[in-house]
Amino acid sequence: MTGISTGSITDGGGTATAAASPTAAPGAITQVKKFNIDTVEHAAKTPDTELPWAELGLKQNEFDEIVKVLGRRPTGAELAMYSVMWSEHCSYKSSKNHLRQFGQKVTEEMKKDMLVGIGENAGVTNLGDGWAVTFKIESHNSPSFVEPYQGAATGIGGIVRDIISMGARPVAVMDPLRFGAIDHPDTARVMHGAVAGIGGYGNSLGLPNIGGEMVFDSVYQGNPLVNALAVGVMRHEDIRLANASGKGNKVVLFGARTGGDGIGGASVLASESFDDTKPSKRPAVQVGDPFAEKVLIECCLELFKGSLVEGIQDLGAAGISCATSELASNGDGGMQVELTSVLLRDPTLTPGEILMSESQERMMAVVTPENVEAFEAVMDKWAVEYSWLGEVTDTGRLIITWEGDVIVDVDPRTVAHDGPVYDRPFARPEWQDAVQADTFTGSVQDAGRPAAPAELAKAVTELVASPNMCSKSWITNQYDRYVGGNTSMAFPDDAGVVRVDEESGLGVALATDANGRYTYLDPYHGAQLALAEAYRNVATSGAIPMAVSDCLNFGSPEDPDVMWQLAEAIRGLSDACMVLGIPVTGGNVSLYNQTGSTPIHPSPVVAVLGKLDDVARRTPSGWREDGQAIYLLGTTSAELDGSEWANMRGHLGGQPPKVDLEAERTLGEILINASRDGMIDSAHDLSEGGLAAALVESALRYGVGARVALQDVLDRDGVDLFTALFSESQGRAVVGVPRSEEVRFTDMCTARGFAHTRIGVVDAASGTLEINGVESLSLDALREAHEGTLPKYFG
Amino acid sequence: MTELPLIGEASTVAAEPPLAGARIGVVTFPGTLDDRDAARAVRLAGGTAVELWHADKELGDVDAVILPGGFSYGDYLRAGAIARFAPLMSKIIDAANSDAKLPVLGICNGFQILTESHLLPGSMIKNDHLKFLCRDQVLRVENSNTAWTVDYQAGQEITIPLKNQDGQYIADEKTLDALEAEGRVVFRYVGFNPNGSRRDVAGISNAAGNVVGLMPHPEHAVEAGFGPESLDGVGGSDTDGLGFFTSVLTKIVGGK
Repeated sequence: MTGISTGSITDGGGTATAAASPTAAPGAITQVKKFNIDTVEHAAKTPDTELPWAELGLKQNEFDEIVKVLGRRPTGAELAMYSVMWSEHCSYKSSKNHLRQFGQKVTEEMKKDMLVGIGENAGVTNLGDGWAVTFKIESHNSPSFVEPYQGAATGIGGIVRDIISMGARPVAVMDPLRFGAIDHPDTARVMHGAVAGIGGYGNSLGLPNIGGEMVFDSVYQGNPLVNALAVGVMRHEDIRLANASGKGNKVVLFGARTGGDGIGGASVLASESFDDTKPSKRPAVQVGDPFAEKVLIECCLELFKGSLVEGIQDLGAAGISCATSELASNGDGGMQVELTSVLLRDPTLTPGEILMSESQERMMAVVTPENVEAFEAVMDKWAVEYSWLGEVTDTGRLIITWEGDVIVDVDPRTVAHDGPVYDRPFARPEWQDAVQADTFTGSVQDAGRPAAPAELAKAVTELVASPNMCSKSWITNQYDRYVGGNTSMAFPDDAGVVRVDEESGLGVALATDANGRYTYLDPYHGAQLALAEAYRNVATSGAIPMAVSDCLNFGSPEDPDVMWQLAEAIRGLSDACMVLGIPVTGGNVSLYNQTGSTPIHPSPVVAVLGKLDDVARRTPSGWREDGQAIYLLGTTSAELDGSEWANMRGHLGGQPPKVDLEAERTLGEILINASRDGMIDSAHDLSEGGLAAALVESALRYGVGARVALQDVLDRDGVDLFTALFSESQGRAVVGVPRSEEVRFTDMCTARGFAHTRIGVVDAASGTLEINGVESLSLDALREAHEGTLPKYFG
Repeated sequence: MTELPLIGEASTVAAEPPLAGARIGVVTFPGTLDDRDAARAVRLAGGTAVELWHADKELGDVDAVILPGGFSYGDYLRAGAIARFAPLMSKIIDAANSDAKLPVLGICNGFQILTESHLLPGSMIKNDHLKFLCRDQVLRVENSNTAWTVDYQAGQEITIPLKNQDGQYIADEKTLDALEAEGRVVFRYVGFNPNGSRRDVAGISNAAGNVVGLMPHPEHAVEAGFGPESLDGVGGSDTDGLGFFTSVLTKIVGGK
């Protein structure tokens, strides 16, 4: 029996609750044992008991392995732990063999700023001046389809707790989103819910939302991608690692109470073996409470500031199962935990359900006995509930008891790290050759390609109004980009920029990118193109790219075609990171994104983080100053396959644009130097939608037009005007150069042997975008087209 | 007294005398978000920001108080409805109503707390379009005689960020008439009413002019490089909001 007492830890199983406050009104909850507890002793005596391992998602070989590891059948609680920790989501069992490349393909250059590498909750990168930065991107795809608001909201919550777990103060979030066709009736449901959820949760945390992506494609109809990125900063000395060290140190669970949400398969255990008196269906989607999370953030930062915790771990997927097994296996010994000490929202939860619950806004920490009092004082100040669950031991075992009876007795490594690893068969799909042979140029969809000035003007307008190229302000206006007072740049600029140090102006820039169509056409190069674009976006802002986090969204790994896409994408990314000299510091793999046998386009979303010594030097994307020269950097080839133009015409085939990572590196150096030395006032990278999109976006950013002539580009690169405008050749950017800097700037490009062409001048008074050979485009009409699309579909 | 860790510490830069002698309290409730921003604004204006904790029993030595934006206690009930009962709020209410007329500024959630506290009339309900909205908003300063607006000119237009879900100001007609008659409508939305507020009211004051509340966020428009002009390029300047904070310093130091 467990009641509520205050501040008692001496009995190892007492619980405590925070001081009375306007929010904390917990009544005493008395645990009533309505179910038979399957103890380790009982399991040893009853080897033949049927267990619902299949319903929990385990395969026969995996269950046999558990029995082998334990030397007996698992208890119900152990089965719950193994099933969830050995799931694809937690164990990376299908991707692990491939993901190793991120750790293997690492050069000295890539290691020099890495303080904590892949494997922890999030990697940590040195920013200099004693500052460090940590960032990570994760998926919350399936919950966001089932229940878009809560799915997206808790996606933010989870990634933010990952950042706190490293000892960092979260400072910004971003959201790459991919939805079904814009005109499909279900898209509005997912779009409204996900955007409101991200806003509702993120805005309440006081974290500016500084960018992201939005893509509509029918391949995501039944599998929208809701990825979430968070970035945090800390002083070097504040880096915390998730491990439980020091025999006798106390283990504490704090934050929200544990409820029945997010349990999913665990209800199988309850209904089949242990209990027939309560409802068996539990909501599988977690429900978020942003206020609890905000308080938890502040409370954790105060703990860090006082050096009151030895190790800390957030509770995300797999809840207490994950936190206890990971803390224990990353530490130097074992852990003993009394499960009835967990504060519950629902007293009828079984041990297995408590272990698997994914209730949000919870953290687990390891605290020395000397710091217990100070820890409790911080909890009381912020009115955060907590309970002491047990302590760190030197037995090498994770032992979980239920009123003293042992229900889990495992080597924590076998749960957290030694899960199954599969070498899934993969092979280049038979259809790949046919897809790559089907180029856009000359296809049925290419009929009537615009050429006359009026047609080209219409094409440009159609492009910037298209679902993927239109203004995202309908979404971003629902997010707070100002809170914190350190946002230096946000959407729609190429990268989000946040100041870290208010004295020096030191800051970070972030961008996320992916192109599912490119990756479908060629997974190896498509993944590299995502990295190249994110790298380019960060450099465009003037920041030096430093680190990568990736969210690999793919279909079923049991389909050899999909597995090949995944293997190729990881190989491509890891190779490209070597060339660009920036390491992958963390990330996430999301598999089984498919409806029936139809997978989504392989969608590796790549986030790149860069550093600015002074955010005042960041380069915005739009033109402002009249008379400035506009330069196009890089060369243009006829690369329309997989492009937005081809997509608008309903074509997907051929080869994606060519990747040239050395060129990307040189372009990056030019953009960074030009920003540092004040040679450019604006820069916008060329990617989806090509030069046409970049010119219109640069003009609409501040409502300042330009006169552009592309004849030199056409002559040099041997392309026609349509191709120059709509090709998606990589390694290009448009920059605005003050007249006084033109010589210096062009000298720098020449010295580096990088193609640069003066294509026009900023014309502030005109109110138009004039492109030679294209009918005059009024900025008002372009804006109406660009900004009208999302409101038209979503209100 | 709370300690704010890491970035945005309120005490990092010492202000210059004599303004530094002016101590502006910034209250943090659980769920407050813009407290560091408000403290930064005070500092940039030249004053000294003093961190106040909602559970403090005494107000301490402050010359003015800011209730910053955020979602106090999550605002799951009604925005500001719980924060109004915080121990420190009763001290603030007393000081605002006293002969000393403590200057109090409520921004966004702070405005909501002021109406819940009955320091200001009316109330805020959900935006008429039912969405959270973040945008740069043009306001007209209708009254430049309050403690928080003396450094503006009457009729001056300023651009500062607006960001909220429950920003629609409502009051009965009689109250609205009285507010207008007494010059207590301090700010009006210009060009676009972003939330359906009655008579385009963006901010109001009490009769004495020491208590002012508004929905938009002046503390997000106080620093070059981080305000509406830099982020969104909508015109105006990055620092249109700084006048709120210099106004109260003028009032305190100048004794106006």
